Amino acid sequence: MRRLATFWLRYRRNRGAVAGALALAVILALALLGPILYPTDPFDMVGRPFSLPFDRFPLGTDVAGRDILAGILNGGRVSLLIGVLASLSATIIGVALGAVAGYYGGRIDDLLMRTTEFFLCIPSFVLAVVLVAIFQPSVVTVTVAIAVVSWPSVARLARGEFIAHRDREYVQGCRAIGMPDWEIILLQIMPNALPPIIVVSSLMVATAILTESGLSFLGLGDPNLVSWGYMIGVARTVLRTAWWMAAIPGVMILLTVLAINLVGEGLNDALNPRLRKR
Amino acid sequence: MSAPVLDVRSLSVEFESTLGTIHAVRDLSFSIGEGETLALVGESGSGKSTAAMALLRLIPNPPGRISSGAVLLAGRDLTALSEADLRGVRGREMAMIFQDPMMALNPVYTIERQIGEVLRLHLGLSKSEILAEVVELLRLVGVPAPEERARQYPHNLSGGMRQRVMIAMALACRPRLLIADEPTTALDVTVQAQVLDLIHGLKEKFGMAVLLITHDLGIVAETANRVVVMYAGRKVEEGTVGEIFADPRHPYTRGLLGAAKWEEADGDLLREIPGTVPSPFEMPSGCSFAPRCAEAIPLCRSAMPELKDVAPGRPVRCFLAEGRGHG
Repeated sequence: MRRLATFWLRYRRNRGAVAGALALAVILALALLGPILYPTDPFDMVGRPFSLPFDRFPLGTDVAGRDILAGILNGGRVSLLIGVLASLSATIIGVALGAVAGYYGGRIDDLLMRTTEFFLCIPSFVLAVVLVAIFQPSVVTVTVAIAVVSWPSVARLARGEFIAHRDREYVQGCRAIGMPDWEIILLQIMPNALPPIIVVSSLMVATAILTESGLSFLGLGDPNLVSWGYMIGVARTVLRTAWWMAAIPGVMILLTVLAINLVGEGLNDALNPRLRKR
Repeated sequence: MSAPVLDVRSLSVEFESTLGTIHAVRDLSFSIGEGETLALVGESGSGKSTAAMALLRLIPNPPGRISSGAVLLAGRDLTALSEADLRGVRGREMAMIFQDPMMALNPVYTIERQIGEVLRLHLGLSKSEILAEVVELLRLVGVPAPEERARQYPHNLSGGMRQRVMIAMALACRPRLLIADEPTTALDVTVQAQVLDLIHGLKEKFGMAVLLITHDLGIVAETANRVVVMYAGRKVEEGTVGEIFADPRHPYTRGLLGAAKWEEADGDLLREIPGTVPSPFEMPSGCSFAPRCAEAIPLCRSAMPELKDVAPGRPVRCFLAEGRGHG
């Protein structure tokens, strides 16, 4: 409990981070509660196409007469869900591989790190496009594809942290009392190595949302679900006549990514031991 | 004396590096009996800590490895054990105290949890039993208000207290052998004496064997029974504390004693051993101490002297040891 309190004290000092957390809370609430409070199906053609915002519908209708507000609310769910799940899976994969590579070193390290570098040198968006195209677009494949292209950076970070910790005396001490390796990795080093990893994976949510939007924009999103990227893709052809149709989901992506980045910065300030004395 | 608790036989440790193989410990043999304290003495880089780590097989591999020799703990060869069997020995039969108590505790866990790990791993005690035992151990090592301390984190404790916690952790399973690797170097002088007294008292109480690794001859004189002097990975002299202090035969031992006794010398000058331990890549062809030895003769620069008993239980690695009586 006291650790949580000191964490909040440090976090609070970064005003941008507090604003970001607030914005993120609002966006999360909209995505979670919005579709319940505003139960219009985003695929329903509810009215005339190209209706202006604040006219008959709060944010107007798109090229096919679908309610844009319903799209924003439902799309937020999809974008956030994919963003969080993808970066969570990428973090788990990355930390697992990085921890093993860093702790054991030697040949295991070589093998795992060469694999990681292999993934790092392929442009990640292109790889994601290829993966989704091969495995048919759906929420699951999009999430997996984003996770697959995102884990290498976490793996490198985790490896570095584990290398820094594995020869510390407290780890030697654990070995000297006969603690098995998996316990040392999971229960002793992990809590010490986690703070920078949390920061990076929180920032990864933003990247994942951008990647998802990019995929949907290209028509590689789940065809049964609306997402912000998909809405921009639909509005692309009428950008000059009805710019707001692309701008509204665009602003949502911008705000979400910005909010997550601010929160990530705040986490970094609060968790990074090197900045603690500031 | 009955069979020794620890019997180290021609232990050698090597490290592979890009520049070649480093022989950190060569052909080291010694034994420690029940209730006995053996001091392993030498400068930084003499291989004493490496030797201690090798006893528990804690040498990181790669790059390091035990290249030959045997480590017998109560008759069982640790170098032949599987990793799983070895885990049963570490912490249970042989425990270690590290140099820097600031670094040797995990900052994210309470004292109770960390001492409790040993009890959980080896004795399989329940949660409430562990708490009771941890408090008992803290009391044993003289930590005031043990119930309260058990719930605190390492950063709440002073250096001396942390070293006591380390000792409590090491003693949790009543090991046969305690390895103390420079246990007091990181502590204040006033606290040093307390910690040494504590180790000594506990040794007497439990009849443990203690391997004390240090470069401080003052500590050796106060706490050890026997002394092994190491230089550049090799044992150069061994004897009881009385013998080593009264009648050192190896010029390196004499140098160490001279450096330690400078306060009593007539001048104010600090007597030191000139030069430093040779780089492992540039070991001299003869005796490794010859380049720093004032008494070296031509033979010393061409051949490595063997350990030779000058008296029973008094091996010395010097060609001139026998001629060097009380000096």
